[in-house]
Amino acid sequence: MSTRLAKGGRLIDRAKPLNFTFNGKPMRGFAGDTLASALLGAGQVMVGRSFKYHRPRGIVASGAEEPNALVGLGRNARFEPDQRTTTTELFEGAETRSQNHWPSLDFDIGEINDRLYKFFPAGFYYKTFMAPRAAWKHLFEPIIRKSAGLGGVPKEADPDRYEQAYAHCDVLVAGGGVAGLAAALREGRAGKRVWLVEQSAHWGGRTPVDDGQIDGVEAEDWIAAALEELESLANVTMRTRFMAAGLYDHGYVIGYESVADATPGDGRPRHRLWRIRAGLTITATGAIERPLAFAGNDVPGVMLASAVRDYIVNWAVSPGDRTVIVTNNDDAYRTALALLDAGLTVPTIVDAREETHGALPQEVKARGVRVLEGRGIARVLGRSRVTGVEICAQAGEGGAVETIACDCVAMSGGWSPVVHLWSHCGGKLIWDEPRAMFRPDPSRPPTGADGAAMATVAGAANGDLTLAETMAGFGIGACSHDEAALAPVWMMPAGATDALRYKAFLDFQNDVKVSDVQLAAREGYTSVEHTKRYTTLGMATDQGKLSNINGLAVLSDALGQPIPATGTTTFRPPYTPISLGAITGEARGDLFQPLRRTPIQSWHEAQGAHWEPVGHWRRPYCYPRKGESHSDAVGREITNTRKNVGMLDASTLGKIVVKGPDAGRFLDMLYTNMMSTLPVGKCRYGLMCNENGFLMDDGVVARLSEDMWLCHTTSGGADRIHGWMEDWLQCEWWDWKVYVANLTEQFAQIAVVGPKARALLERLGGMDVSKEALPFMHWAEGKLGDFDARIFRISFSGELSYEIAVPASQGLALWETLMAEGEALGVMPYGTEALHVMRAEKGFIMIGDETDGTVIPQDLGLSWAISKKKADFLGKRAQERSHMTDPNRWKLVGLETLDGSVIPDGSHAPAEGYNANGQRNTQGRVTSTYYSPTIGKGIALGLVLNGPDRMGEVIEFTGEGETQIKARIVETCFYDKEGEKQDV
Amino acid sequence: MSEPVSALQGKSHQGFVTVAEAGPTGMITIRGDLAGKPLARALKAQGLPVPEARRIEQVAGRSIAWMNPDELLLICAHDAAPDLTATLAQALAGEHALVANVSDARALFTIRGGKADQVVMKLSPADIASLPMGEIRRTRIAQVAGSFWRSGPEEITLISFRSVAGYVMGLLEVSARPGSELF
Repeated sequence: MSTRLAKGGRLIDRAKPLNFTFNGKPMRGFAGDTLASALLGAGQVMVGRSFKYHRPRGIVASGAEEPNALVGLGRNARFEPDQRTTTTELFEGAETRSQNHWPSLDFDIGEINDRLYKFFPAGFYYKTFMAPRAAWKHLFEPIIRKSAGLGGVPKEADPDRYEQAYAHCDVLVAGGGVAGLAAALREGRAGKRVWLVEQSAHWGGRTPVDDGQIDGVEAEDWIAAALEELESLANVTMRTRFMAAGLYDHGYVIGYESVADATPGDGRPRHRLWRIRAGLTITATGAIERPLAFAGNDVPGVMLASAVRDYIVNWAVSPGDRTVIVTNNDDAYRTALALLDAGLTVPTIVDAREETHGALPQEVKARGVRVLEGRGIARVLGRSRVTGVEICAQAGEGGAVETIACDCVAMSGGWSPVVHLWSHCGGKLIWDEPRAMFRPDPSRPPTGADGAAMATVAGAANGDLTLAETMAGFGIGACSHDEAALAPVWMMPAGATDALRYKAFLDFQNDVKVSDVQLAAREGYTSVEHTKRYTTLGMATDQGKLSNINGLAVLSDALGQPIPATGTTTFRPPYTPISLGAITGEARGDLFQPLRRTPIQSWHEAQGAHWEPVGHWRRPYCYPRKGESHSDAVGREITNTRKNVGMLDASTLGKIVVKGPDAGRFLDMLYTNMMSTLPVGKCRYGLMCNENGFLMDDGVVARLSEDMWLCHTTSGGADRIHGWMEDWLQCEWWDWKVYVANLTEQFAQIAVVGPKARALLERLGGMDVSKEALPFMHWAEGKLGDFDARIFRISFSGELSYEIAVPASQGLALWETLMAEGEALGVMPYGTEALHVMRAEKGFIMIGDETDGTVIPQDLGLSWAISKKKADFLGKRAQERSHMTDPNRWKLVGLETLDGSVIPDGSHAPAEGYNANGQRNTQGRVTSTYYSPTIGKGIALGLVLNGPDRMGEVIEFTGEGETQIKARIVETCFYDKEGEKQDV
Repeated sequence: MSEPVSALQGKSHQGFVTVAEAGPTGMITIRGDLAGKPLARALKAQGLPVPEARRIEQVAGRSIAWMNPDELLLICAHDAAPDLTATLAQALAGEHALVANVSDARALFTIRGGKADQVVMKLSPADIASLPMGEIRRTRIAQVAGSFWRSGPEEITLISFRSVAGYVMGLLEVSARPGSELF
């Protein structure tokens, strides 16, 4: 039985009891507890079941490496699975639930898997679910999906806030143990901008739990003094509950800060993701103790030796009354001292080494503890709780020589430096044979842009496992017990029988045993990366913090090669899982994406416009009236525009000014047609292609003065085309004298369209907008009513049309003035769908509809807009390639359905026969298709094989389902072919 | 001429600092040879210097900022911008230069309070802690372009494009919420 000790506990505040529940059962802990220490303090040893075999599991560790003790925390919207109890701070009202069992923790149907372990070897899925093929989809996958995964999934949206922040420093010290403190002191005293971050809530690491003196004083006093000095340094920033989660190129470090985990719903951001640029990262990340692989090493009550003394010293929790310690090193004897000091019983220490002469074993022996040398644990007795251990010879096969009753086993297989941060961005490791561990290779650090090290390592993370070694790295004297060498033990006993190996766990979270890794080796998995995936060793949420080294040692042994020849798997960030909320940061709800608003947006909103996304803009698709469907609204808007006058908010249109002595030459290169010859005061439609000849943007260009042009681009293309222009000017034609400026947002632009458009503008007065003063494809500047306006006589609808640009700050006022003045003329706003239909009625192409990145202007009947005179323009040479001039390229035509219906979007026109892939041949596809209220039937534009040569021919397009729709090939222009209406 | 309307009409929000849209502000983009005499003369006539790289200089209620090796931004009263644009364009006539009124293409925000830096730290990868008075940073504000400078001892002024002013205000509001102070 684990229990709370009557006194002690350096991290808890007994004056502040906290209530929480475990599976609905009320429990009590103290401020300063983790969930794990509170559970153990409340007597709860078994806290969950394992992933595959549903074996009872308890708390193994006391930190980030914990594989077993994960719980569901919170409820409803604040429920979160897989919360690591060893690193989650206890808070008042915490609701915790154990995982991986049904119907209850104590009685679990899935436990049957444990009895059937022989049927679930490594690679079980691969071997079992091969055939028949159909069974995968209908039988195997549904069952696996149901039983796979750890913990439950929250069903509601996360109500908490998260945020991100950026920081910059000269030195980031990751880890607030004595090595980290010493590193921060050294760098801070040197005047560097230092960030010192510690993943737990406490400074000092595990040194206060272990023994030692630093610089002539007790370690705890040295830590207190170091903290005091660091806090006095303005150039040092210190954060606890802050994990350096990953190290990336260019000294980029991701930090994960817990801000309000212990105070849910207090309005503060729950987590904060820090994005840090560090000149140098010092990884002072400590070391993790390794378990030993003996049968039943996963039974609740078997814990890491260091964790046992952590619980006693830090939280005054006794994991058991009688603790057997099993070890291959001296350090574990510290646990015996802690147990004895707490008044608990240590019946035996089982040491795999043949002899123990170190200072720590001597001290323990002197206190009357029996030490068995050359022994190991054959098996642990008990199922949901340790009841005893069978002792055997370590060198043997596991024959029990003695049984010892106990309720806790403290195991230690030595220590592994935490090399994750060092390794994330390419830092290499070396195998330290005497200490049986991988540690950072100082000659092969992760390097920065200059080829120099962007990380160094300090303390236990460097393999300096004793206090003296760690502090020597900083030129500081320290002393603690001398430690004798360990004896590597990868399996206990060395000759364990199959039956024992089947229950000797390497990866507790994914239920991978010694037998699984050995099987993988026998089946030919010689690469550690392959074995990892085959056995799932180290693939769980703990990423094998406890299992990896033991696993690859067992694999090396099975392969008969030294451990460094096997190597490690890849260390990938983050060090422990981080919340998706923190990655999302502020980008949720209204801030998920920037929404661009025109100066007239509020008017559209007030009218209840239905929206269409265009880039990051939301443009009105149509303005439905009460009880009106969207298609009816579109029809009304078109008819009214063609009969009376309509208004479109065209502010989103790109407006890029191009100025300079070489501006004309520049535009001649960018557009397929001639812009340098455009007279001042006139407008010209132009096409832009990329270097591969494909059409990428279009728009009307106006020449503003001798050396200045205004290029209109598509709404979605403005930023891209601006960047395209700068790219050519900065990188290719850097000596051309051209400046460009993107003035898209400087102007509100309103299209006034329809036969009564002129009458509407004349009501405002101030500018002569007659055909004579402002002919089609001209522009003029002046005072329209009260407004400083530039008016372009251009038309995308085929009607008499003016596009009026005014400063954005005047846009809404002009719109409202026009709406008011136009009331008597029947003015109505129209949206993007009406715009689309009207342009299709005229056969005008739309970038993104008629083009898709594979279409050249020649495909669209736009050869008239491609200069034959120019020596060059972007795309010219590409358009002369054989495939581009192939007469069999599909060409744009108009399509009129025979029955008046509308061809579905994206329809293809099937042709005879099938291609090499067994797909039906095609001879064309629809690019735009609408119901035209003007024509009174379905019209479409489409690309058709030899289309322009097949006028009048009827071909079939795929309709809904199996139906076919007959359509006649016609000219692309359906309305006012002579263009009289726009030129009045 | 109607009263000019800024993107958010001066909307403000009180968090651990005050964030506010500043209302209509005049802004003029000037592109040209920053080392050339014509530009220096044209600006000198307005009492303005040519700022050094990354600098922003404030003179008599106007500011002039270095935006890139051939671009400056002049900040002035909104109603002064059209005439000033014309005057500068006239002064640079015959030179290879571009002067454009961009007042309405932008939105200007102020962040006021002792912890103003912390709001920017949450949104921009720029190193605000090492940003001296008199320097401007062109950078990123979460997902959009922006620039900012220290406009007072406890004040940062920030510029974004007009169309995303609502998004930027939302970012500033969220980032300034009490309880979320970084330090």
